[in-house]
Amino acid sequence: MPDPSHSSPPPRLEMHDISKRFGATVALDGVSLRVHAGEVLALVGENGAGKSTLMKVLSGAHQPDSGQMRLDGQPFAPTNPLEARQAGIAMIYQELSLAPHLSVEENILLGMEPNCWGWIRRAQVRQRATAALRQLAHAEIRPDRKVGQLPVAAQQLVEIARALAVGCRILVLDEPTSSLTRQDVRRLFELIQQLKQRGLAIVYISHFLEEVKEVSDRIAVLRDGRTVGEGPTNELSVDRIVALMVGREVRDLYPRSTRTPGEVLLEISELAGASIPVSASLALRRGEVLGIAGLMGAGRTELLRCVFGLEAVCRGQIKVGVHVGPASPVRRWAQGVGLLSEDRKQEGLALSLSIADNVTLSRLTGLGPGGLVLPRRQAQATRRWIDRLDIHCTGPGQSVSSLSGGNQQKVALARLLQHGVDVLLLDEPTRGIDVAAKATIYQLVNELAVGSAAEGRAPKGVLLVSSYLPELMGICDRVAVMCRGNLGPAHPVSEIDEHALMLEATGQEIIT
Amino acid sequence: MKSEVRSPKSGIARSVAWAEWLNRLGPLLGLGIVFLLFALIGPESFRSARNLETIARQTTIVGMGALGMTLIIIAGGIDLSVGSIVALGTVVIAWCLNRGGEVPHPLAAAAVAVAACAGCGLANGLLITRLRVVPFIVTLGTMLLVRGAAKGLSREQKIDAPETWLNELLASLPPERRWLIVPAGVWLLIAMSLLVALVLRFTRLGRHTFAVGSNEQTARLCGVPVDRVKLAIYSLGGLFGGLAGVMQFSRLTVGDPTVAVGLELDVIAAVVIGGGSLSGGEGSVLGSLVGALIMSVIRSGCSQMGLPNWVQEIITGIIIIIAVALDRLRRSRATA
Repeated sequence: MPDPSHSSPPPRLEMHDISKRFGATVALDGVSLRVHAGEVLALVGENGAGKSTLMKVLSGAHQPDSGQMRLDGQPFAPTNPLEARQAGIAMIYQELSLAPHLSVEENILLGMEPNCWGWIRRAQVRQRATAALRQLAHAEIRPDRKVGQLPVAAQQLVEIARALAVGCRILVLDEPTSSLTRQDVRRLFELIQQLKQRGLAIVYISHFLEEVKEVSDRIAVLRDGRTVGEGPTNELSVDRIVALMVGREVRDLYPRSTRTPGEVLLEISELAGASIPVSASLALRRGEVLGIAGLMGAGRTELLRCVFGLEAVCRGQIKVGVHVGPASPVRRWAQGVGLLSEDRKQEGLALSLSIADNVTLSRLTGLGPGGLVLPRRQAQATRRWIDRLDIHCTGPGQSVSSLSGGNQQKVALARLLQHGVDVLLLDEPTRGIDVAAKATIYQLVNELAVGSAAEGRAPKGVLLVSSYLPELMGICDRVAVMCRGNLGPAHPVSEIDEHALMLEATGQEIIT
Repeated sequence: MKSEVRSPKSGIARSVAWAEWLNRLGPLLGLGIVFLLFALIGPESFRSARNLETIARQTTIVGMGALGMTLIIIAGGIDLSVGSIVALGTVVIAWCLNRGGEVPHPLAAAAVAVAACAGCGLANGLLITRLRVVPFIVTLGTMLLVRGAAKGLSREQKIDAPETWLNELLASLPPERRWLIVPAGVWLLIAMSLLVALVLRFTRLGRHTFAVGSNEQTARLCGVPVDRVKLAIYSLGGLFGGLAGVMQFSRLTVGDPTVAVGLELDVIAAVVIGGGSLSGGEGSVLGSLVGALIMSVIRSGCSQMGLPNWVQEIITGIIIIIAVALDRLRRSRATA
């Protein structure tokens, strides 16, 4: 233990030798961590490495089996989240925790409203909320707006304002940028720098290593419940971090076998939706991966949803093989088109059902005599994909809700494979999942596009929407950019670079 | 706000504010349409002051129950035991009036009844928060339980009660007291509505009720005493059920353990027509009262036109579905 009588102040937070096990699994195995005031510590690691368990210990949701925590030198052992919050620990999760029906100011002061015999002092509420928002240099957020009507970026700011209003000492940001546009990410990073200068200690958790490199002062890498590396950000390269995360050097993260494009599987011409997309044309061939880049809100997701019949098409034509005519998910599945939703928790998966039920959901035929669905046959069919996609689970009967994000995504993908679709519409397939799962998915996409003559698998066509440019450049054959509802021409990846894609995605606007 | 930044977005903000107003006024608009419809196609008597008073009187019982239900539904809960609580209320009043000695004490009897009903509400709240059973199931159980208790207390018979001023609370006004415009019970409903509306808008309890219904986990994390909020609102639900029981007693003038069967559904319908969301976070006192009024106007209009009971029921059912469908439509517009 460090001696607190030293002249330098003790670290804002010190976690020492924290261990936590759940039954037989060791989630944390003696993790030590320290964060100083005015410092941004990035915490990286694959899903399941123990990041979230560690943060749950910090926020009082879990109690460690052994180890101590000190907050500004004082012993700190919260028994519930409320206690930790009052001690100054603020957690901002990817899924924001706000009351959507309350106004901005009510959310900021929720649970500590200034009042007189239960009657709220509204002038004070307004004043304190405005002050908190001003601290963030975001006075443009009106305190009387309902939070549910604000864009995600503004909602996130409201949560940060709430943390400041409670007087937080440590701000934990868990994947804060995954649903932000690039401009909003910029503003968030500026804000983080400001908060840092004001003496907050910030723990930043992210899968986007470029962001981590940019925003953090120090990086700690977790793997299998242990700290496997720690150091100043400028001394760790991305390659080194990835190597620490996965425990081996990752080469060929983006595999690419020789692909030979065949006939056109999906042809879209001059497609327009209700408000977005405005105009989109493309042709996807068998045996190719076509990427769609663009900013959040450019209409990429809506384009896929129009194709799949989930949103109304106002103009234009969609041709799947020889089929034209109206679209609906039922028809698309029958025509051999499958969609992987960007929102796997709400839409992509039935979380409370088993892996087998989820994988076979779109096609329950052929799983027993006379249209019956036999659980044994379901499990049999599913086991094949569990092996092929390396889904970490106890078996086909395990509930999907208990899987990690990466494994959930593999289950969602397995449904498309089980259905045997020819055209895969993948919407942000690697969002919020760990590097190993990403690698599996990249490899799978490559295998699908190449096919296998030996096993009698024909190549497939993959239409892939992603916000992560290195990934698009890595696995696609061609990339088209969508900007404000308009889809540009598809460029072969050999003829374009990330910089050019980003310029096209931002249109005329020049972002700093 | 002085420091507000004027941006091109203020146009959007204005249209959002517009939509919000429309949302709030939607039920009122519906009431106007239904009323005008009957005023146009119905008989002359529908528009008479007498009939308007009758509508107000008929709305009072459901309206009183809807005040409590509004709180509960905003907090994301439900209370199916209201009807039974109303019946218990009437029985307790009659029982007390008969046992009050030589001179009956109507106020004391009413107070005991309301307290008993608030106790039932508290019991609902305790079961929900302590046992962590969903409100639907808990109140489904207490619905039967309270109804049984009312029947037991009255030995499964109507209890006659001596005549007191309680009977006049909801009775049609005699000519010499026309200056009251509506009977005292209706005024009580109006006063209580104002009170609940103020509590919802301006007190911690009110805002916490919205917070619990909107996102219970967040509320808990922010230090909102979620369980205490629930206890308070279910108790208030029982209390307003008790007041509805007093009104029901005034109308019947006897304690009847079999009265108000299915009343809870009318009460829930009133809240839902008025913009309440069964998933919590939304609802208003004004909306719920308007919802209750819409149903009374339909009932009155149909009977004035000589339409049979089943027609009223069909129309009320259609109105409920239309109200909720319109609400969803408005909302999908608002988010688009």
